[in-house]
Amino acid sequence: MTGSRPASAPWSDAGSNGPLLEVRDLHTHFPVRTGLFRRGGDLAVRAVDGVSFEVRAGEVFGLVGESGSGKTTLGRSILKLVQPTSGSILYRGRDLVPLSERDMRPLRRELALIFQDPNASLNPAMTVGQGVGHPLRIHGLASSRAEARDQVVAMLQRVGLEPAEAFLDKYPEDVSGGQKQRVVIARALITHPRFVVADEPVAALDMSVRARVLELMLELQRDLELTYLFITHDLATARFLCDRIGILYLGNFVEWGETDRLFDDPQHPYTRALLDAIPLPDPSRRDRDKQLPRGEIPDALAPPLGCRFHPRCPAAFAPCGWEGRDLIEALESRWTEVDEDTFERELGLVGQLGDAEVTATEVRFPSASGVELARWLRHEADQLPSAVATAITDVEVGAHGVTVRFGPGPEPALQVVAGRPVACHLHGVTVRPDGDHVGDPTAAPRGP
Amino acid sequence: MPSPLRLRLQHAVRPFRSASRTARVLVTVGLLITIVFGVAAFLAPTFYRYDGEQYRVEQPDGSFEQLPRLAPPSAEHPLGTTRDRYDVLARIIDGGRLALAVVLFSTLIAMLIGVPLGLLSGYRGGKLDRVLVTVMDAVYVFPPLLLAIIVAFLLQAYFAPGVPSAAAAVGVVYIPQYFRVVRNHTLSVKQEPYVEAARSLGAKERTVISRYVLFNVIQSVPVIFTLNAADAVLTLASLGFLGYGVQPPTPEWGYDISQAIIDITSGVWWTALWPGVAIVTLVTALTLVGEGLNDVINPLLRARGAAGAKLDAAADGEDLGEPANVDPLSPGTEDGSGPGLAGRGFRS
Repeated sequence: MTGSRPASAPWSDAGSNGPLLEVRDLHTHFPVRTGLFRRGGDLAVRAVDGVSFEVRAGEVFGLVGESGSGKTTLGRSILKLVQPTSGSILYRGRDLVPLSERDMRPLRRELALIFQDPNASLNPAMTVGQGVGHPLRIHGLASSRAEARDQVVAMLQRVGLEPAEAFLDKYPEDVSGGQKQRVVIARALITHPRFVVADEPVAALDMSVRARVLELMLELQRDLELTYLFITHDLATARFLCDRIGILYLGNFVEWGETDRLFDDPQHPYTRALLDAIPLPDPSRRDRDKQLPRGEIPDALAPPLGCRFHPRCPAAFAPCGWEGRDLIEALESRWTEVDEDTFERELGLVGQLGDAEVTATEVRFPSASGVELARWLRHEADQLPSAVATAITDVEVGAHGVTVRFGPGPEPALQVVAGRPVACHLHGVTVRPDGDHVGDPTAAPRGP
Repeated sequence: MPSPLRLRLQHAVRPFRSASRTARVLVTVGLLITIVFGVAAFLAPTFYRYDGEQYRVEQPDGSFEQLPRLAPPSAEHPLGTTRDRYDVLARIIDGGRLALAVVLFSTLIAMLIGVPLGLLSGYRGGKLDRVLVTVMDAVYVFPPLLLAIIVAFLLQAYFAPGVPSAAAAVGVVYIPQYFRVVRNHTLSVKQEPYVEAARSLGAKERTVISRYVLFNVIQSVPVIFTLNAADAVLTLASLGFLGYGVQPPTPEWGYDISQAIIDITSGVWWTALWPGVAIVTLVTALTLVGEGLNDVINPLLRARGAAGAKLDAAADGEDLGEPANVDPLSPGTEDGSGPGLAGRGFRS
């Protein structure tokens, strides 16, 4: 079954279960309006930027990422609640991307969505019974009111709302948060879907209710033979629930694979950082060496070139895509930490950072003391807080200042490491075909 | 177990129960006065001995005896009679019936056109929205009374003058109000996850709008309805006062006042006073209901209003396209620039 599939990626194992859903090179971009009438040229937020993966029937696939990583947009794109820009979504062999809303509608019976916030995802003007029963009416799955009611009652009981009859005529505002999420689950599952996208289904719930709702979801998955795409920012929850996990960063997978192996042996520094960020209730490990990513997720409008994680990466080195703005940022960051004398001295050397001309591959400082600045950059730039100095290939003193050039930094492609795809140069420099590179990607040195 | 209908009803009146005492008193008092007017207008003609257009009484012998001219209030004519020998009370009763009928029809017309257009415009967005907003704004910038007069003229020229024409003329003025409030509210409701949930369930656009958006938007309509009703009474009276309302001698409060103006100089006060009192009372009652309902439905508004005027001033400039929390009253009725003009024109 999987053998006949064209262009199988090397990591897609031909298991007994064929993929229920196969996403290939999916892009979802949102054009940015800059003015009232103009569109901002081709400026766009690339919320999902070339994602490929597959979900096997009956498994729980976790999408994990920080806020802003594009995980929610990816989930909505797969359900076509957001129209993808390009790529394909093969659901049981049928491509969903070109389908119109009208053609999607019958398919939506099989594709369900569970929302993050149960308080907002139930229509306040419908009773629980009406809300849960509405999908039956939409898809014509019940021939009579009584039959629909019976199905709703059965479903409410199935999700643990007992006695179900008592809930039928309640309004969403009358039930608790955990119960609301159970109602949302009941509404999603009443049409007997096969594929369920769960978008942080427990993030809005109390800790005490979370575990029970997650257990319910697992139980339903087993009993009703569901396939979940589970979106979360919480690796601990993902570990509990998912068979496989994909780690998203700025619209791309950095790594994906079997949950256990991913947790035991993370291959991407970002995965490692996320795992380090899980608090452990173990005082003896209080002083363990945590490598948390620096700062926040960058601006999606202008993502870093090369590896998108490199400005925050604790293990970044020369080919990771260091560019002009990284040097400026590193200087800024250094100057907030050093003592005043050092700051004054280096400010005198470098000049105001705003005066520097910054492009991807070079920075020109219009400095008066060019020779000294060049010496400082050559010999002391490794004191900068990030590894940006490793990528400097050339410091040239000219008539109008000092020009710093950077070596090539290709955007990494997914490569197979430890039996799963990982996008990181630490395992050998790779070049993503459609990536955003610094300089000429083919000139990048191979190997760390 | 209570019946489903009763449950729905309880759900509908729940905001009223939890509303502040002031709001409930406002609504109750306003409704009571309005009901008194309704009962008087529709039931009184059956037992009050005079008719609004009646100026003589048939005697047992077949001859007619004319009613007295400009008789002061007495047991026979509790509110006196007019220059044209009409009984003032009878005319107020009949005029009230006309006013209520026109108010009901005009607001219905405005609602039936404004609400669906607002829903569609807000939900679909894009070019349709752009065009509709522009058209509605164009209607909205017209002085309401002028617009009503023009429409009344056109309708009287091409159709028959009468209640339907007057109602349509008054109703057109209010379409943009329903449109704007419903559209702005729709813009915010359509961002709610439950609307996306409906889409993800496979609901058609029509179903999404009617079952998921409409029911959450409709709550602001009763407020505009009652406030518009108050305003419609004034607009109708204005039209009548200027002579563009229903055809005389049909009893109409505004027309009656215009006829009574010359009486005042000769010391006859009852012909102008009582229609005026009727107008003021009914308008006040309907406004009370509207203000009270506004408090019931948007309890936060009063709190915000109490916080100071600065917030409102900032919000006023941007009520055109802002999907944020919509104050159903912001266009016109509070600042007096919109439909209030009709009322102002009348009062001054």
